[in-house]
Amino acid sequence: MTARDDMLARIRAALADHPATPTVPREYHRTLPDADVVGLFAERVADYRATVRRVSPAGLPGAIAEALRGRVVVPAGLPPEWLAAADVEPLHDDPPLSVQELDGADGVVSGCAVAIALTGTIILDGGTAQGRRALTLLPDHHLCVVRADQIVGTVAEALTRLDPSRPQTWISGPSATSDIELNRVEGVHGPRNLAVLIVS
Amino acid sequence: MRVGLFVTCFNDTLFPQVGRATVSVLERLGVRVEFPEAQTCCGQMHFNSGYRPECVPLVRRFADVFAGYEAVVTPSASCAAMVRHYHHVVDPAVAVPKVYELCEYLIDVLNVTDVGAHFPHTVAFHATCHSQRLLHIGDRPRRLLEAVDGLDLRPLAHPAECCGFGGTFSVKNPDTSTAMGIDKVADIRGTGAEVLASADTSCLMHIGGLMSRQGNPMRILHLAEILAATK
Amino acid sequence: MSHPTFLGMPPFPEAAKEALANTQQRANLAKATATIRDKRARAVAEMPDWEHLRLAGAAVKDTVLTRLPELLEQLEERVTAAGGVVHWAADAAQANAIVADIVKAHDGREVVKVKSMATQEIELNNALAAHGIDVWETDLAELIVQLGHDLPSHILVPAIHRNRSEIRDIFVEEMGKVGRPAPDGIGDEPAALAEAARLHLREKFLRAKVAVSGGNFAIAETGTVVVLESEGNGRMCLTLPQVLVTVLGIEKLLPTWADLEVFMQLLPRSSTAERMNPYTSMWTGVTPGDGPQEFHLVLLDNGRTGTLADPTGRQALRCIRCSACLNVCPVYERTGGRAYGSAYPGPIGAILTPQLRGINQHPVDAQTASLPFASSPCGACFEVCPVRIDIPDVLVHLRAKVVEHKRGHLGTEGAVMAAMRATFTSPRRLGAAQRLGALGARVVGRRGRLRLRGPFWISAWFGTRDLPAPPGQSFRAWWRKQHDRS
Repeated sequence: MTARDDMLARIRAALADHPATPTVPREYHRTLPDADVVGLFAERVADYRATVRRVSPAGLPGAIAEALRGRVVVPAGLPPEWLAAADVEPLHDDPPLSVQELDGADGVVSGCAVAIALTGTIILDGGTAQGRRALTLLPDHHLCVVRADQIVGTVAEALTRLDPSRPQTWISGPSATSDIELNRVEGVHGPRNLAVLIVS
Repeated sequence: MRVGLFVTCFNDTLFPQVGRATVSVLERLGVRVEFPEAQTCCGQMHFNSGYRPECVPLVRRFADVFAGYEAVVTPSASCAAMVRHYHHVVDPAVAVPKVYELCEYLIDVLNVTDVGAHFPHTVAFHATCHSQRLLHIGDRPRRLLEAVDGLDLRPLAHPAECCGFGGTFSVKNPDTSTAMGIDKVADIRGTGAEVLASADTSCLMHIGGLMSRQGNPMRILHLAEILAATK
Repeated sequence: MSHPTFLGMPPFPEAAKEALANTQQRANLAKATATIRDKRARAVAEMPDWEHLRLAGAAVKDTVLTRLPELLEQLEERVTAAGGVVHWAADAAQANAIVADIVKAHDGREVVKVKSMATQEIELNNALAAHGIDVWETDLAELIVQLGHDLPSHILVPAIHRNRSEIRDIFVEEMGKVGRPAPDGIGDEPAALAEAARLHLREKFLRAKVAVSGGNFAIAETGTVVVLESEGNGRMCLTLPQVLVTVLGIEKLLPTWADLEVFMQLLPRSSTAERMNPYTSMWTGVTPGDGPQEFHLVLLDNGRTGTLADPTGRQALRCIRCSACLNVCPVYERTGGRAYGSAYPGPIGAILTPQLRGINQHPVDAQTASLPFASSPCGACFEVCPVRIDIPDVLVHLRAKVVEHKRGHLGTEGAVMAAMRATFTSPRRLGAAQRLGALGARVVGRRGRLRLRGPFWISAWFGTRDLPAPPGQSFRAWWRKQHDRS
């Protein structure tokens, strides 16, 4: 008998009293009707001490240029016009950048899959303009472009837009710890600077 | 109105004045109070300490003693909670009598907040864990006290904190129990009140015991004693 | 390097006594728990549907428990289809052996580790050390605990018993022995200490071949594992190494992807008291070109099936390890976590640890048996538990188990309880005892006060407290004599 068989048999024996499976009451809020999701998102991300700017599509390249310097990782599928005005040395991930190259980069620019207003969260799932997870992890500065139509109100809504088979990173502010006397310190291992451009 | 009084084993033995005060308040409000002498204990101490079989005769006795009463009133939230929440766990077959804690009976059944009491003193009120979290007694004690003529109620800084009594916890974990109680005493003294009151003498025994040992006891009364006080 | 263990710790009353005397720790804990308590209250107050979320959370977790066999099989099938390998570990020894074998198969001499309660529970670090494998904790607090050769004292902020100057001293002393030393002349401002940790761990992240993690949730429907964190060390461990091993308690499942809509709201607000924690990683099996190319999921029993077997006690398995109960517990606040002598301290520890150690099936050692009594029980924990575990109810239930196991040798306590039962089953005996007590009080009482010396509970009470002397006349005597004059 394998450990698997043994464990499953024990679990079934433990449930010998046949407890009924409950009906799950779902009266919690799944949406934010009548909310200005773009405004709320901007506010909530700023609360995490990320830098947030709202720009028009025309103003986007200029805003990106202002925010980026040096050697910048550029994921596949990033719209070329985004870097049109930027004075950076682009690092493409093809062939894949080594861990040292990523660590030595000055920053990374990406898009996102979806963003959540209520919690100020940006979600990357490796899709267009996002790249594999290491690209947005190692550089110290992450500039993320979020389109207004990518912003939803709630976690529930975001989940319906995501494909669970794709590896995801949910980002709510720069990395932080409160482990030392409960004083919050930004920037431990993840990018210490998170800048968000909201395009609307 | 006719009620059966469940005075509780420790009030009966250590704080009979609480029983007397409870009777006095209820009778003043026109309630006929009966004390079935066959009563003893609700079984809380045994139950909370893990001695369940020992509770069975106590739970049955309670049900028998109070079988004829539409309402049982007790000046102890912890005992009321024991009966309401756990008697049927101890013995599912027993017909559990309807038990009210005193504040509940006064406000919910008699519809009174002003019981005609007079007590011109500053009072700090300790809201017990059982009354707040099991009985959800809410602001009933506060409303009753605020209606007492001359009474000045002083709020605690941390009213929801446990005092550390916890039944046998007080003797099985005496150091932790004492540490919690000392903080509660400091909070109470910090209000500057002359009198400490509560709706449960069990907690008062522990808080009062610490104060007495500190050499600076406050006057300690059960809520019923304050409500019984008149000009 | 061998790591400290909870084994051999004394029962709670003794351990608590020692912990209570540690004034530095008490001050740290009081400040920490008060701070997180208030933050949590504010985070929860923002959510008008918080109670609905709690009700849903409890029901989803109960669903997992009632359907556990089929959900585990579904999870295994989904993870395997996505290129992962699923292992089943009945106990700590099996789990540790599985992890050690995987590391050794890759010639690994070291692993980087994301904080995981499950791996603490099975004492993985010690097991790997015995195989000559270095384990590098990468959460800042776990790093502090590890470098300090210490034991964690809190589920969420394990180094909360340390203040900044102690942490600085630990870094200066110890970092150089296992890697990049702390910068010269480093101060004790939290930002400087965090920077030292960042530099020290960076090289380990970048070179490690194998990482070990736990998991907050595993979705049966999709095979997705979810890890919440704040610092980025999780992302490092979960993304950079070639091999990832995740140790997961079998109860940490959710049925569907959509169920995350409940738990991604309950957990952050209950634990770090934020709207959302900085980083959450989610992955399914292996994704070519992104992250580890070899993924192992170790499903851990280690007493969970024994816990599941108890209809009242099994609700402890709903736990999502948020630590909200710790932060509101007046006992935990004063004693800290190590006094509980287990990986899980505080209220949840008091009900989970005894069950994992088998209290539902057989007698347990004195230390484990003391845990259900390490509570007043005030009920504050139940109020904040995001999955509505009725901890006070389970505590009382487990106390009955302890007494049941000890029948026949309950000692002095049993004698006292028997005597009181005998007294309470007879009003006549109660009256006699009252008269005896009043008589005795006249002898030993002083100014209406009792201060006794004696064994057992007598010294436990009177060590720090007085008692009012039993008055001359009990209530029932008064009633009979004065009231019922008909």
